[in-house]
Amino acid sequence: MNYTSEAPPLLEVRELKTYFRSDGGIVKAVDGVSFTVDAGETVAIVGESGSGKSVTALSVLRLIPNPPGEIVSGQIRFAGTDLLELSEPEARKIRGDRIAMIFQEPMTSLNPSLTIGRQVGEPIEIHRKSLAKVVREKCVDLLQKVRIPDPERRVSSFPHEFSGGMRQRAMIAMGLACEPELIIADEPTTALDVTVQAQVLDLLKELTRESQAALVLITHDLGVVARYADRVNVMYAGKIVETGTARDIYNDPRHPYTLGLMNSVPKLNNGEKAPLEPIEGQPPDLSNMPPGCSFEPRCPYSTEHCRSEQPELSLISGKHAFACWVNVKDVS
Amino acid sequence: MQRYILRRLLAVIPTLFFASIIVFMVIRILPGDAVDLIIKSSPFMEDSEQLRKEIEADLGLDKPMHIQYFYWVRDIVVYRDLGTSLIRETPVGPDIAERVPVTMTMGILAVVFALAISIPIGVYSAMKQDTIGDHVGRSFAILGLAIPSFWLGTMIVILPAIWWGWSPPSRLVPFFDDPFRYLSVFVTPAAILGASLAAVTMRMTRTMMLEVLRQDYIRTARAKGLSETLVVMRHAIRNALIPVITLIGLFVPYIIGGTVILERIFDIPGIGQLLLLAVQDRDYPVITGIFLMVGIFVISVNLIVDLSYGLLDPKVRDQE
Ligand SMILES: Nc1ncnc2c1ncn2[C@@H]1O[C@H](COP(=O)(O)OP(=O)(O)O)[C@@H](O)[C@H]1O
Ligand SMILES: [Mg+2]
Repeated sequence: MNYTSEAPPLLEVRELKTYFRSDGGIVKAVDGVSFTVDAGETVAIVGESGSGKSVTALSVLRLIPNPPGEIVSGQIRFAGTDLLELSEPEARKIRGDRIAMIFQEPMTSLNPSLTIGRQVGEPIEIHRKSLAKVVREKCVDLLQKVRIPDPERRVSSFPHEFSGGMRQRAMIAMGLACEPELIIADEPTTALDVTVQAQVLDLLKELTRESQAALVLITHDLGVVARYADRVNVMYAGKIVETGTARDIYNDPRHPYTLGLMNSVPKLNNGEKAPLEPIEGQPPDLSNMPPGCSFEPRCPYSTEHCRSEQPELSLISGKHAFACWVNVKDVS
Repeated sequence: MQRYILRRLLAVIPTLFFASIIVFMVIRILPGDAVDLIIKSSPFMEDSEQLRKEIEADLGLDKPMHIQYFYWVRDIVVYRDLGTSLIRETPVGPDIAERVPVTMTMGILAVVFALAISIPIGVYSAMKQDTIGDHVGRSFAILGLAIPSFWLGTMIVILPAIWWGWSPPSRLVPFFDDPFRYLSVFVTPAAILGASLAAVTMRMTRTMMLEVLRQDYIRTARAKGLSETLVVMRHAIRNALIPVITLIGLFVPYIIGGTVILERIFDIPGIGQLLLLAVQDRDYPVITGIFLMVGIFVISVNLIVDLSYGLLDPKVRDQE
């Protein structure tokens, strides 16, 4: 896709820091994250569990539970305004209307005692102040759109009558309700059966494209990224360690962590299954980070320099940047 | 839903059966008996084995206990007759029925009072977790738990009487003559009883609210742009109150226990007073009659609670 960088991006996150207070000290869940999302494009945030992807997403919507969490510093510019400067009522006007979020856990993200229709229609009800009848009609349309069979009847169903895949479709319908400019999908298929994962992602991608919304797709699966994202941010321990177009990341991964993630994904192109090699070791303790590169303890290429000084993101071409002292190309 | 109701209704039958056996037996196992009391209370009677036998036969107490039980149940089921007071010789049923509205008024007022103060405070406490407001609310709850209602009741009757010569209204007028005046008699005891219930309800509401507010669907609701008030009113309270409703069912025996004491303190002619007298007199038919009514009432309330559970929670409703 070809987006000129003339117009300001739809979303620009700059030096975002979101910390949590805990008994063990301050957990730096997101520690200086910057990225942009242009109108209509799909940007992936990839990383292992615990790398701060969800916290990043929740920060954009200003949904970080405080206490224990707090957005310490940074800017989140959305269509020209800094969301962090808004009052709470102003932020509420944007949530669910201009920015929608789809969560990871379809089984628990819907209220068990309200009907699907009530919940899917709620954004319209809140932001458009429509009549109940109109909301219901729109709901049926939305359920139809996400291909829930028999939508007229299903609007009156309760979540427990839906399978995981159907619930996530309902969540997507809810996200699309007000035709937002930006949809943030936080591991939308992680909790689902492998067989329906691709269906749900295809649907999500198709519908966001149709409504010309931008999509931030959070995943721990680089395989998903290849298929759906225009650009990719690789996240590790609260920082973005590599960023670029999906092609950059695939054909020319530069950060050892990205390489590790690649090796831990079943190769899609060649028919035979390559053995999975998960990255060895554990992510660092976010409340007690090493002074140097946070990936250093697990990195096969680590040097003295890596231990003492933190590498910054540096651009190598176009949009491709990575944060590593070592040039993996030279070593391997 | 119909199956659910039917199942619940069927489950009542064995409960009722066992409850009636216990009600019937327990009181007869207690030391002391009515024959003793009747003989002692009447100076013209010579205590003799012969007389005892006669009185026992008159009262139907000479038969084995299971036969007595059988007659008792038969009379209730077939003749709708709870028996006759051994002491006053009036039928038990109407005696109780006359006092039911009084005790009911007291119990309902106590529950209304308890819910009206505890749910808002519990919700508030949860929303403002660990703020001063929360601490104040919780301190009141602990206070409510710690102060026994018989003590509070006694103080409220005695102290104003000593200091200002004032005492709470206690003369019951017929409800339809002056509803306001009728209810005014109950206000103080119902508030005292309600306060002790409110403590538990408030803590339960707070705990459940905190639990519900942690749920993912609350985050979903916030992500849709709902105001905090709507999040709580529409998405949280309903789910948080399901367990609180169960509490009300559990309260019933406690309320009845409380009214017995408070009716005595505030001199209100309800079931509690009748029961106290009957226990003093070992008036079995009255005691068993009251216990049975209370038992049926407790079972019915729990049935209603179960059913409303089904209304609130669609998952329960759909269970086979
Ligand atoms: N509510 C919270 N309270 C305390 N710490 C939290 C909370 N949410 C997230 N964190 C911290 O932030 C880190 C990153 O979490 P998260 O963004 O959920 O990771 P990811 O989505 O990448 O798996 C976690 O390891 C955790 O320590
Ligand atoms: Mg996550």
